[in-house]
Parts: sequence; C-alpha cells; structure tokens
Amino acid sequence: MTATAQAIAPQMRILIIEDDRESADYLVKAFREVGYVADLAGDGEQGLAMAESGDYDVLVVDRMLPKRDGLSLIGALRDKGNRTPVLILSALGQVDDRIKGLRAGGDDYLPKPYSFAELLARVEVLSRRNVGPAEETTYRVGDLELDRLSHRVARGKDELTLQPREFRLLEYLMKHAGQVVTRTMLLENVWDYHFDPQTNVIDVHISRLRSKIDKGFERPLLHTIRGAGYMIRDGIR
Amino acid sequence: MTAFGKLIRTTAFRLTLVYLLLFALFAASLLAYFAWNTRRMITEQITMTVNTEISQVTDIYERRGLRGLFNTIENRALRPGANLYLVTTPSGEAFAGNVGALAPGVMGTTGWSETAYRRMDEQDNAYHRALVNVTELSGGFRLLIGRDLEERRRLFGIVAKAAQWSILVVVILGIGGGIFVARRVLQRIDAMTGTAQRIMAGDLSGRLPVGRSGDELDRLASNLNAMLERIEALMVGLKEVSDNIAHDLKTPLTRLRNRAEEALARSGNEADYRAALERTIEESDGLIRTFNALLMIARAESGQARGNMDDFDAADVAEGIHELYEPLAEDDGMTLRLKTASAPLHGNRELIGQALANLVENAIKYGKPAEAKSAEIKTAETKGSVVSLDARQILIDARQEGDQVLLSVTDHGPGIPESERKHAMERFVRLDSSRSQPGSGLGLSLASAVATLHNGELRLGDAHPGLIATLVIPARAGASERLAVQSPDVPQKVA
Repeated sequence: MTATAQAIAPQMRILIIEDDRESADYLVKAFREVGYVADLAGDGEQGLAMAESGDYDVLVVDRMLPKRDGLSLIGALRDKGNRTPVLILSALGQVDDRIKGLRAGGDDYLPKPYSFAELLARVEVLSRRNVGPAEETTYRVGDLELDRLSHRVARGKDELTLQPREFRLLEYLMKHAGQVVTRTMLLENVWDYHFDPQTNVIDVHISRLRSKIDKGFERPLLHTIRGAGYMIRDGIR
Repeated sequence: MTAFGKLIRTTAFRLTLVYLLLFALFAASLLAYFAWNTRRMITEQITMTVNTEISQVTDIYERRGLRGLFNTIENRALRPGANLYLVTTPSGEAFAGNVGALAPGVMGTTGWSETAYRRMDEQDNAYHRALVNVTELSGGFRLLIGRDLEERRRLFGIVAKAAQWSILVVVILGIGGGIFVARRVLQRIDAMTGTAQRIMAGDLSGRLPVGRSGDELDRLASNLNAMLERIEALMVGLKEVSDNIAHDLKTPLTRLRNRAEEALARSGNEADYRAALERTIEESDGLIRTFNALLMIARAESGQARGNMDDFDAADVAEGIHELYEPLAEDDGMTLRLKTASAPLHGNRELIGQALANLVENAIKYGKPAEAKSAEIKTAETKGSVVSLDARQILIDARQEGDQVLLSVTDHGPGIPESERKHAMERFVRLDSSRSQPGSGLGLSLASAVATLHNGELRLGDAHPGLIATLVIPARAGASERLAVQSPDVPQKVA
C-alpha cells in the first residue's frame, strides 16, 4: 500500500472533517503514515472554510457535525462550484441514508465502523489525481489489454474469453490499476449490491478471473493485498 | 367532572338534543298547518251556509213580506244549535232574531265582519265571537245572519293542547333516549378508556372489549386491537432482540476481550501479537456484520425501509444473485441453477436481493446431501415414481403465480424438520446441525423480515429431501396483464 501511494500520489492532500477527536487523530496519523498530507477540521463551519480555501484532492466528511452538518456542508460546497471529491462517513449505514448522501453531492459513502484499509482504498480511487485512464477506450496493464468498446481482452498475443461479468470486474480493476480495490467496492461497483455477504463470494470471482488472465503467464498482474483487497498492477510500475 | 356533566357532554347526547329540536319544530309546523287549514275550512263552511240562508230569507221577505220574514226568523232562531239572526227596523231597533246584544256599529256596515255578541236567552254578560253578514233589505230593514265561532275556538284549543302534549312527550322521550344512548356509548367508551389506561400502564396484553353488533365502535375497537397486537409483537420482538443482543453480542465481545487480555499477559514475540491482533480484527468484523444485520432486520420489521421502493422484476434479481454466487457454489462442489419467468414486484430491490442472497448462502452452506457423496442419488418416491435428481444441485426459481411472486431456493440437503421451521426463522437461532458452521443465525430472520416488509412471508418447505425456502410476495398490481402475453408455464431462461 505504502509503495502504491508513494508511486502515484506522493503529496495527496486530504481534509478530514470529523468532530470525534480520537478517530480524527487516528485518521490524520494513518494518512500521514502512508505519505499523504492530512488536515483536520473539527466542525462544519471550519471544514467548509478550509475546503474552500485549501486545494484538497479528497474531502472525508462525517455526516453529523457540530455547527453545520455534513450534507449541508457538501451542498454549500457544490453550490459554489467546488467539485472536490467527497467521501461521506456515517454511523447510519443503511441504503436510504447512503442514497441521501450521494444525492447531496457526495461521491462515495462509507458506513462506520470501517477499516482504514477500506477508507484508504476508496480515497485513492476518488482522488482527482487519479482520473487517469477513465476516459480512455483501452486500458493497459503490462501486456494485458482491455478494449472497452469491442469488449476484447488480450494478454500478449493471446486473446482471452471472459464472461460479461468477468469483463466488468476486470474493467473496474484496470480502471483503477495500481490502486487497492476492496471487496465491498467491487460488490458495489460491479454488482451494484450494497450489502455485506457473509461468504467470500468476491474472492471466488477474483480467483476465476485470475485463472484466466494470469494462469500460464510468468508475471502475475492481479494481486491480493492482504487485509484490504485486490490490485491489478504491472510489477515495475 | 360529575357523571351527569360527562353524560351531557357526550356526542350522543348532543346529537339527541339536535334531533329533539328538529322533531319539535316538525311537530309544531305540522300542527300549525293542520290548524290553519281547518280554520279556513270552517270559515268557508260558515260563509257558505250563511250565504245560502241570506238568499233564502231575502227570497221569503220579497214574496211574503214582513210577516213572512218575522215568522221565518223566529222559527229558525228557536231551533237547537241555531245560527245567529237579527232583523232591525229602519230606525235601528231589533225586530226579530235571537241576538241580545252586539258590538256597536256592526249593523251599520253591510258585508262580512267578525264581532262580539250575546244571545238573547243568556242572562250573564258573556260575549262570544261570531262571524256575521249584514244585508240591507228593501224598506230600510237590515238582516244579520251569522255563526258562533265557539267551534273554531275549541278546535284551536284542542290543537294547542295537542301541540303542548306532543312537544312535552317528544322532549321527555328525546332527553330520556339521549341519556340512555349516551350512557350506553359512555359505558363502552369508559371500558375502552379503562383498557387503554391499563395498557398504557404497561399491561400490553390487554384488549378492548368488542361487542357483537358490528357497529362503528366495535369496528374501531377491533382495529385498535389489531394495532395493539402489532405493537405487542413489536415490543416482544424488541425484548427478544435485546435479550439476543445481550447473549449473542456479548459472547463474542467477551471472547475478544479475553483474547486481548491473554495476548497482553503472555509476553510473546511480535508474531504472537500480530496474530492476536488479526484475530481481534476478524472477530470485530464479525460483530459489525451481526450488528448490521440486526439493524437491517429492525428497519425492515419497523417498516422504515418502505421509502426506498421502486418497480423491478424479481427475475432480474434472481439472475444477479445466481451470477454472483454461481462460482462460489461450484467451488463448494454444488451446482447453482436458475429458472426465471417474469415476476414484477414493487419493493426494495436491495433488500430483496439480500434476502435471496441469504437463502442461497444457506443452501450452499447447509444444503449438501448428508449421505452419499455421489452426485446422483435416488430419492424417496414422489408422486408415485422414483425420481432421480442431482442432489448437489441448488435451484433459484423466480416466477409469478396468480397475484404472488415466488422467489424460491431449493436444495437437497438434510432440510429442516417441520417442527423446527418456525423456530429457524427467529433471530440468532442456529439449528444444532448448523452450529459447527460460521454464521450469525440471522440469515433466515432477515429474509423473513424482508418478506414481511413487502406484505409477504418466508415459507420453508420440504423438497423431498432438502429444503425449499420461498419468499412469497404480492406481485406488482397491474403487471399481470403483461404476464398473460408470455406463456406462464415455460421458463424463460434456464441456466
């Protein structure tokens, strides 16, 4: 993880707006440890002022804040034309709260309690430094190539046959190549489910995909990041 | 408030008063109409009789002269119940007749008038009212014929009495009836209030008395009872949840704490600490999952998730879940099959998806055939013939049947004995056979709560052998016509 972060965005700037001092301090410390600049605002008004003046890559906003609640803060930012990606943290983890958060202008939603690995992965994907290959029609990682228009996937000279869902899975991974993608992110973005399966369903899909794109090749591209999720990356990059 | 004060404040009593007033007005106007018409009729009759007599008497006077007039008048005046007669000379003196005294000036004007008079044979000074007609005869004589109005007055007296009595009776009956009805209603309301107060004091098992008449109060009472039933069920559920939380969350929390304590106490190396910490995280993740599931169930049961409903086809959900779990089942040596036909629903897609996912996860976890590792087993006789089926097969089936959508998951594992099925859907219940497997014991109860949220239910049945778990949910209204176009018995897709 550390390696990725430093390789891609050595000075990513994150603003954390959270009133619970202990968890805020923990987040600042954890983000700094992976090499990011992390600032802290303790209430909604201060958070809004800092978000407007500072040039942040991602805002991490708690939903319930003193002085101005998270959703109204996001609304105010968006009204002023500020498009900084926002990740909402909330103790209300239900589907409708999530929809409310996204409607208010949030870009992602993470219910508490969360693991830092999950938060980090989502922040990295959200960061506007990483808009990279999203607009391209062809994704490339090492000698793996995915054509989004013709739905063709090839590794080196070999054409690979993928099921539609496997294609979407690989597409999502390659869109965020070099970034950690967690299981819940995959479930949300590839399958559009927001619940938490009790079993390792995603792992099985990944291992199927892996057997198709990595099996028989010298250098594996699809990596399991322990305690966090998966990442597709060419070893050197 | 006194008992009487309470009584007259009731709606029933006030309504009675209003009706009372209305009826009294009605009776009064009816009597007034009757009296007025009768009076007119009597007047008309008098006018007619008097007119006839005047013309007869005038005729006699013209033919037989003054003597004939005198004889006729005296003759007629002596009859019992006679009319009033008076003939005056041109100088104004009484010449013949039975009238003793008249109001002054009456004889001066010809035509009809109403006047006071006294009969000749009456000695006292009692004057009566009469309707009279005065005619001028030739030779300066004047003739008065009239009729006493005593009858008309008596009639009015009777009518007035009738009015008095009837209004009195109406008022007495009305107030009495009002008090009776109000007391009856009040008694029932008081009974309801008493029950409500007992319930408020904490006795949730209390129910309102429901009579047999089926009137509005009975319907109100039975509806309130249904509401109480629901509240009681929710309260019992809440209590169960807190009991279960106490047990099933405290146990892993204790484990977690013990493990951390143990790791601290034992001076281990870094690897030991790491391992302990990793297990701690694992354990807390499990706790979070359980907690989330509990919240989800609570939300589904309380109906809060109703806000997020839209129209979709349960077949699509089944396809999605099949696609998601198919590799997992295969890794576990099972086959996940899919059979879908259009099944339109209005509901919370996410929750239906999760409910179905839970059923599929259960089938994968617990639906392996107990004996016989071989894929093919001979099952017991069903429908008279020996059916051979793939015992390691799980079937997801989505279809519409009548106005219901059925989303079922069938496995051929050991199943759940009929006696334990209801129990299996309760929170945290893990049947003995499943204790060894990981899980929170919330899967079926969540599925059941989701079905209830959609006004449906979760049914557990026997798949001979195995379990068939079916979410039965009312189909989207107005979507069945679309289904009729498709042939209902042919599955659209079989995977």
